[in-house]
Amino acid sequence: MKVLVPVKRVLDYNLKVKVKADQTGVDLTNLKMSMNPFCEIAVEEAIRHKEGQPNVAGSHYKAGTVTEIVAVSIGPDQAQETIRTALAMGADRGILVKVDHEVEPLAVAKILKAVVDAEQPQVVILGKQAIDDDSNQTGQMLAALLGWPQGTFASKVEFAGSKVNVTREVDGGLQTVALDLPAIITTDLRLNEPRYASLPNIMKAKKKPIDVKTPGDFGVNVAPRLKVVKVTEPPKRQGGVKVKTVQELVDKLKNEAGVL
Amino acid sequence: MALDPETRSQFLATIRRFVDERLRPLEAKVAEDDAVPDDVLAEMKALGLYGVSIPEAYGGLGLSMEEECLTAFELGRCSPAFRSAFGTNVGIGSQGLVMFGTDEQKARYLPGIASGEIVTSFALTEPEAGSDSGAVRTQAIWDGSAYVLKGGKRYITNANKAHLFTVMARTNPDVKGGGGVSAFLVPRDSKGLSIGKPEKKMGQQGAHICDVNFDDVRVGPEQRLGNEGEGFKVAMQVLDRGRLHIAAVCCGVAERLIEECVRYAGERKQFGQAIASFQMIQAQMADSRTEAYAARCMILDAAKRRDAGENVTMLASCAKLFASEMVGRVADRAVQIFGGAGYVADYGIERFYRDVRIFRIYEGTSEIQRLVIAREMMKGAQA
Repeated sequence: MKVLVPVKRVLDYNLKVKVKADQTGVDLTNLKMSMNPFCEIAVEEAIRHKEGQPNVAGSHYKAGTVTEIVAVSIGPDQAQETIRTALAMGADRGILVKVDHEVEPLAVAKILKAVVDAEQPQVVILGKQAIDDDSNQTGQMLAALLGWPQGTFASKVEFAGSKVNVTREVDGGLQTVALDLPAIITTDLRLNEPRYASLPNIMKAKKKPIDVKTPGDFGVNVAPRLKVVKVTEPPKRQGGVKVKTVQELVDKLKNEAGVL
Repeated sequence: MALDPETRSQFLATIRRFVDERLRPLEAKVAEDDAVPDDVLAEMKALGLYGVSIPEAYGGLGLSMEEECLTAFELGRCSPAFRSAFGTNVGIGSQGLVMFGTDEQKARYLPGIASGEIVTSFALTEPEAGSDSGAVRTQAIWDGSAYVLKGGKRYITNANKAHLFTVMARTNPDVKGGGGVSAFLVPRDSKGLSIGKPEKKMGQQGAHICDVNFDDVRVGPEQRLGNEGEGFKVAMQVLDRGRLHIAAVCCGVAERLIEECVRYAGERKQFGQAIASFQMIQAQMADSRTEAYAARCMILDAAKRRDAGENVTMLASCAKLFASEMVGRVADRAVQIFGGAGYVADYGIERFYRDVRIFRIYEGTSEIQRLVIAREMMKGAQA
């Protein structure tokens, strides 16, 4: 089956962000950008269902379940680097939908719907959210636009004939849902541990094709619908206090912190 | 092959991330166990690190010297023991084959070396031949059907893991010095070849050196590397290339130590303020930074010149000499900046201090580098 994996270029997860002085957003000048970690997990999952895990006894990943992986990114020219990372990990080809400004989740979902209509994948695997805006909306919106079933926050994905069983991390435990294909899956942190793209594969990735499109090609209007009012840094952490007795602690929790 | 800028930066970023996320957290464990874990070795193989200097036609990455140095800068940012695991495949263990091997020899061994399936080792040093590499006593006497190797090698890196040795042995006992020496490719499983126990070393635990003994080991003529009597030339050219790589590793380690010093000096408080605010600490940090930068510039300049086809024998020796001495000074200052913590094992600084000492000794001591530099200078004067 064919799998579509959307990947987003975001600020590298190791970096500390700084808010712009005018509070309109985060300052990205000269900062390292990388693939969103949840998207990496999505790419890894697709690859494992393509390659299987021959060295792991009893693995639920079977080689050949997935036959083609298409990585798609919506963003500026540099988002091609993010696609290249997916290609170096093991995706087969890429699609860049070129947009130079930020695109809101609904517009992303609309573009992805159009890509799905054109590519006809059986599954779309997305990160549950991106670490820049933490929206956690795109997968769900895409499912709604396509009218496909969705398994979000996946910690295990097992394909079984015309169905896919998705184990989800929910409050208080794990829930497994069986979805009819085609379906939408969004990845949680514990689904897998993404590989490092091997050096030979990074070089080979250069030869894999990337199609470049624009939102106009799909007839999608990407004009923002939301207005950012203000972006601020989280409040600085205050120093703690030492209490002498349990009684004093309980008193403070009750009367000062108001948590009891 | 020169990589395009995008591929190069992705490639280096991948190595940096692998070093930061996978290797660094294991440094103390590797030193304690005196072994790099098998799963890490498997990951290094999968990443392609064993094949960075092997030509693409044989399954390697065929990096240019500049790219190899950039790679070594990144790999230097963690315990040198990790790099040592594949260091011989990248350098001394493979390059004789790459430079002097026949097509048949290359086809037989290089793909396995590139993938890491074959680990290689370079056996030149003997109890009485080290810096004086022309004094090799191990013999390889032609008996009409094979060369018969007899003798012993000492301090051979990765000997206990190697599948294939490049061995320097004297084929003509009548010719003293380098001219009587030839190079051979000797598989580990050859009858009569035995490996000693790993030596206990000052540093770089996890990397191993052992004796290699040849007790009438029979080697066919198809295993000879280059012509008879060319062994010394093979050895010198192999070492020549390796010097820039080692220099780059030194530079990487220095940059790592500087990073640690900056962090620690900013956090550690004495007399009510961070020690980084004291000028004597600042001076040490500034000296380390300056010297590491100088080394980086030297290495990249020499590497680019080599890629452009220049003879860089002298420059490579300059870079190796300076970088290996530089990292010794940087490690010494790091211990000083860390103070008591620099002497205590938990912080890892004393481990680096011990690890870097070998850089001034192997692949040509500082003294030999100076001789090479002076010799090349005089050649220029005479020409």
